[in-house]
Amino acid sequence: MTVETKLALSAQEVRSFSQSNNEPKSFADFREAALAKAAELALPTPDKTNITKWNFIDFPIHTVESEGFASLDELPEEVRALIDIEGQENLYIQRNNTPAFIKVSKELVNKGVIFTDIETAIREHSELVEKYFMTTAVKVDEHKLAAYHAALVNGGVFVYVPRNVIVEEPLQVVFVNDNADASLFNHVLVVAEESAAVTYVETYVSTVEEGKGQANIIAEVIAKDNAQITFGAVDVLAKGFTTYVNRRAHIARDAKIDWALGLMNDSDTISENITHLVGDGSAADTKTVVVGRGTQKQNFTTEVRHWGKNSDGQILIHGVMKEAAQSIFNGIGKIEHGATKANAEQESRVLMLSEKARGDANPILLIDEDDVTAGHAASVGRVDPIQLYYLMSRGISKAEAERLVIHGFLAPVVTNLPIEGVKKQLTEVIERKVR
Amino acid sequence: MATLEIKNLHVEIDGKEILKGVNLTINTNEVHAIMGPNGTGKSTLASAIMGHPKYEVTQGEVLLDGENVLEMEVDERAKAGLFLAMQYPSEINGVTNADFLRSAINARREEGDEISLMKFIRELDKTMDFLEMPEEMGQRYLNEGFSGGEKKRNEILQLMMIKPAFAILDEIDSGLDIDALKVVSKGINEMRGEGFGCLMITHYQRLLNYITPDHVHVMMQGKVVKSGGEELAQRLEAEGYDWIKKELGIEDETVEAEA
Repeated sequence: MTVETKLALSAQEVRSFSQSNNEPKSFADFREAALAKAAELALPTPDKTNITKWNFIDFPIHTVESEGFASLDELPEEVRALIDIEGQENLYIQRNNTPAFIKVSKELVNKGVIFTDIETAIREHSELVEKYFMTTAVKVDEHKLAAYHAALVNGGVFVYVPRNVIVEEPLQVVFVNDNADASLFNHVLVVAEESAAVTYVETYVSTVEEGKGQANIIAEVIAKDNAQITFGAVDVLAKGFTTYVNRRAHIARDAKIDWALGLMNDSDTISENITHLVGDGSAADTKTVVVGRGTQKQNFTTEVRHWGKNSDGQILIHGVMKEAAQSIFNGIGKIEHGATKANAEQESRVLMLSEKARGDANPILLIDEDDVTAGHAASVGRVDPIQLYYLMSRGISKAEAERLVIHGFLAPVVTNLPIEGVKKQLTEVIERKVR
Repeated sequence: MATLEIKNLHVEIDGKEILKGVNLTINTNEVHAIMGPNGTGKSTLASAIMGHPKYEVTQGEVLLDGENVLEMEVDERAKAGLFLAMQYPSEINGVTNADFLRSAINARREEGDEISLMKFIRELDKTMDFLEMPEEMGQRYLNEGFSGGEKKRNEILQLMMIKPAFAILDEIDSGLDIDALKVVSKGINEMRGEGFGCLMITHYQRLLNYITPDHVHVMMQGKVVKSGGEELAQRLEAEGYDWIKKELGIEDETVEAEA
């Protein structure tokens, strides 16, 4: 028996939202169909966390109006610090739900690269967007939250890199949340055609103490044959949000994705990062670091699913838990039948900084093929007293020794973020959170 | 001149007594070697002086210029002038060798008086060059993936950068090939002098061919049972330990729990 959920918006409201954005009728239809599915479909079932009582539906207001930034001088300090104001050539800033600033180099435009907010893309590149929008990586009817997201998308980015185009400079995106009533249904769609290469880095930053809305975020990353994508993200959303963030990649033959994810939300968060290695010789390197604090409840699933022969998947998850935070870390390497010579490696480690914190590293290997290699390492524990002893024996205080060990533990993502300001900000966020 | 005095030191691990009253005095400008077969408590002595969390001192004192270091935290002992080159240095992921060393140096300086980055790099480069370490080892994570020889060299690098009053070297020569041993010895000999005292713990007389000790001690059954000059080491090399055992009426030289 399915129970119909009462959703926050009606079909009529969704359609009129679509119209007010001048979206093509096809997209309005898509939203409305998704809304109907959202009412009926079940919630996703993240392993070991029961989310049936979480409220993923209600919010104060679907879309808030914010002012744009006429120049980068108007940016709040914590946002400015992320950006190399002079040097950053390609930059999109979204303020709550409003596209607030965009800059794209002429060179990229001339090469046919598209880098724009999602609404503009839906209007101006509808054929391209509709070809990939929740068709390949994430499906609309996977579960309630995917369908709800599709119906209510109110922000995000579209990146399209044509065949053989190498984007040398990283594309930077900042999602600023400075309105407590805002909900973020952001959709990020990154498509790299054959032998293209691009580096994309997004940051979520709340400047409000506490949010009241939903963050239902989906990023779809599609790498065609021989393409290379680096996807960096730092999430620092305020407590109070109910956060569902799904970052998923679909990787074709000989293509590669590198993920560097710093998941630093203060909200209760369900994060899912799945890479499908579809093509032969495809590869994924996924690095995730997390700090949980307060009474946060979080669930992180990192999965690499191997379909292609000789595909290589590397998973690294490092989590630090303090105070009474609770987190589940599911690391999944799945090798499908036929993916001969695939290699699935993972390392999940959780560092507990307090008695009350809970962290569960849950490594899973599912293998349906004989001729493969796989391995995993998992550990949950406190800061190693012998490491502290070693550092302290050089005169370093206990507090500083702990700081060094924790920063070192979370360094794999920091060092892999390709934008200096974002790297620095993640270090500062870690500093602030573990203190 | 500074003095490190070990007085009647008794140490337990997991409730078993390993050191049973060690007495030893080391002054700066002296190099002491402690020798002895396996399992006689030599490494326990080193770890207990530095404050390893697993070792419990049940009796005795370790005085550095009259102050009992056993009452200090590990970092305070280091700042007071002690250094232990460890037999098995920890690997610390994500912390570069250079950042770690700079933290260690700055821990000894007042806030606002930190070593300048340029000066630090100059000194690091010079010392690494002296120890024939490739420059990239400064940017590698602390001891991570280092070979045995690289770890030992890295301990001596820290010693030379930190410049303590007293260094304890716990089997710095174990597992070293002859080239690495020469380099490590060169570092230690470079440190010798007025403001530096050293206690070397070793199984092997070979180390003493490269670093000539002023005093040699033999440990058995958790105590220093014999002391002498360099000639003692040479006799041990020639005749082994049996004559000492016979002389002192010792049958089993080891300490039970460590054997």
